[in-house]
Amino acid sequence: MKYLSALAATIFALAIWQAIVSLTGLPKFILPGPALVAETWWQNRWLIAEHTWITAIEVVIGLAFGTILGVITALQLANSRAARVLVQPMLVFTQALPVFALAPLLTLWLGYGLWSKVAMAVLIIYFPITSSFFDGLMRTPSGYLDLARTMQASPRAVLWHIRIPAALPSLASGMRLAAVYAPIGAVIGEWVGSSQGLGYLMLLANGRAKTDLMFAAMLTLGVFSIVLHMIIRRATARMAGEMR
Amino acid sequence: MTPAPDLIVKGKASIDGATLFAPLTLTLGAGQWTCLLGGSGVGKTTVLRLIAGLNTGAVFTGEIMASDGQPVTERVAYMAQDDLLLPWATVAQNVSLGARLRGEKPDLARRDRLIERMRLQEHLGKKPSELSGGQRQRVALARTLMEDRPIVLLDEPFSALDARTRADMQDLAAEALQGRTVLLVTHDPGEAARLGQSITVMTQHGLTPCNPPHAPAPRHVDDLETLATQGALLRMLREGAA
Ligand SMILES: Nc1ncnc2c1ncn2[C@@H]1O[C@H](COP(=O)(O)OP(=O)(O)O)[C@@H](O)[C@H]1O
Ligand SMILES: [Mg+2]
Repeated sequence: MKYLSALAATIFALAIWQAIVSLTGLPKFILPGPALVAETWWQNRWLIAEHTWITAIEVVIGLAFGTILGVITALQLANSRAARVLVQPMLVFTQALPVFALAPLLTLWLGYGLWSKVAMAVLIIYFPITSSFFDGLMRTPSGYLDLARTMQASPRAVLWHIRIPAALPSLASGMRLAAVYAPIGAVIGEWVGSSQGLGYLMLLANGRAKTDLMFAAMLTLGVFSIVLHMIIRRATARMAGEMR
Repeated sequence: MTPAPDLIVKGKASIDGATLFAPLTLTLGAGQWTCLLGGSGVGKTTVLRLIAGLNTGAVFTGEIMASDGQPVTERVAYMAQDDLLLPWATVAQNVSLGARLRGEKPDLARRDRLIERMRLQEHLGKKPSELSGGQRQRVALARTLMEDRPIVLLDEPFSALDARTRADMQDLAAEALQGRTVLLVTHDPGEAARLGQSITVMTQHGLTPCNPPHAPAPRHVDDLETLATQGALLRMLREGAA
């Protein structure tokens, strides 16, 4: 049923797309129809696969680093009032900055290769991971803390046996958000300066008025993001709910 | 377990400058069940949490001491209406939580004996969400017993259970906690009449003692004197004691 409705929605979207192309009669370098994009995608499947692979590596490494950094930061913040006072305002302030404005700087610092894109993905997911896990750590049901107190638990043991497990569902929702943001981060990085990856391919196709290839790359990115989100969803299912 | 001491709570409490309870003295007899009965909002939970050394919204002036002069808070076990079972941990892990939180090795043989005593042996590896309300409270009781503390503080632990399960739990708890200094906070006159070896009614006007029935606790639910006491307690509650 779920798959059926997804299929129906896809067909509906394709139909609207085709209708717009047919009704407006726009030239194909402005708006190519779905049939043409599909054809282009098939003809360039190896090219697209190659660039998808590059982007995927950036995203996965970025997700791993971003999650680790976010988890460590959240634990530090939850553990120390000083860290909360000193670091939290800074974290919030960085969120007010447009991250993509940093992309050229990252390229300058880290070069054209993989790491400037990884850094971009990390930057963009670091905050959602940190803040969701931190919130979870600070919202431990007070009854558990009371119980632990009467048991003479050390703060460390409370963190490890109660606060962290109780915060895992929050961390899971942060990671699910991150799965959506990380590809955006990597593509922004590629956009600013690179010679590989889906972002690069989109920019290149656009520059050469190969709008059909640009669409094919963009749709591939969309499908990649959805698949990634589904994988992370499944991977975090135990953390998120089954234990409740 | 050290021998159970008398426990004396002497003092007054206020919340944001308003009196919660005027100066009072509550004595919990050594090795006895004391039932503190009162309507909601009179400050029963506050008294219990003060003894346990937990945060309350109230400012307490006075003292809480044990007859043997030893510190109180590290000798209490605490059980509330909410069973406070960790949903991600199994029954067995929940029962031995205290040891894990103190970084000690849990006495597994003792844990298994307690689990058996609470008739939970088939549920050892289950998560709390797979248990009924009564079973969950039995796990909480096993966890409380596992702590093996001379002072046990019970904050309406049975009030969310259905009548039959509640009566079963009362019997089980009365038997299992024998010999400890127990404070049972409750709003249920029937519960106080069944379990109290000493019964105190708490209202806005203060504490009023009430003679418990003569039969040893836990008393039968249809014991006449127990029913009479239940009635008398309810009348005191309604009239605001005084
Ligand atoms: N943490 C708190 N902060 C402020 N007021 C509180 C807090 N806890 C309880 N109170 C108030 O103190 C009064 C007594 O509460 P409590 O001891 O829980 O009563 P009881 O257990 O008899 O129902 C109530 O009026 C309640 O609103
Ligand atoms: Mg209460």
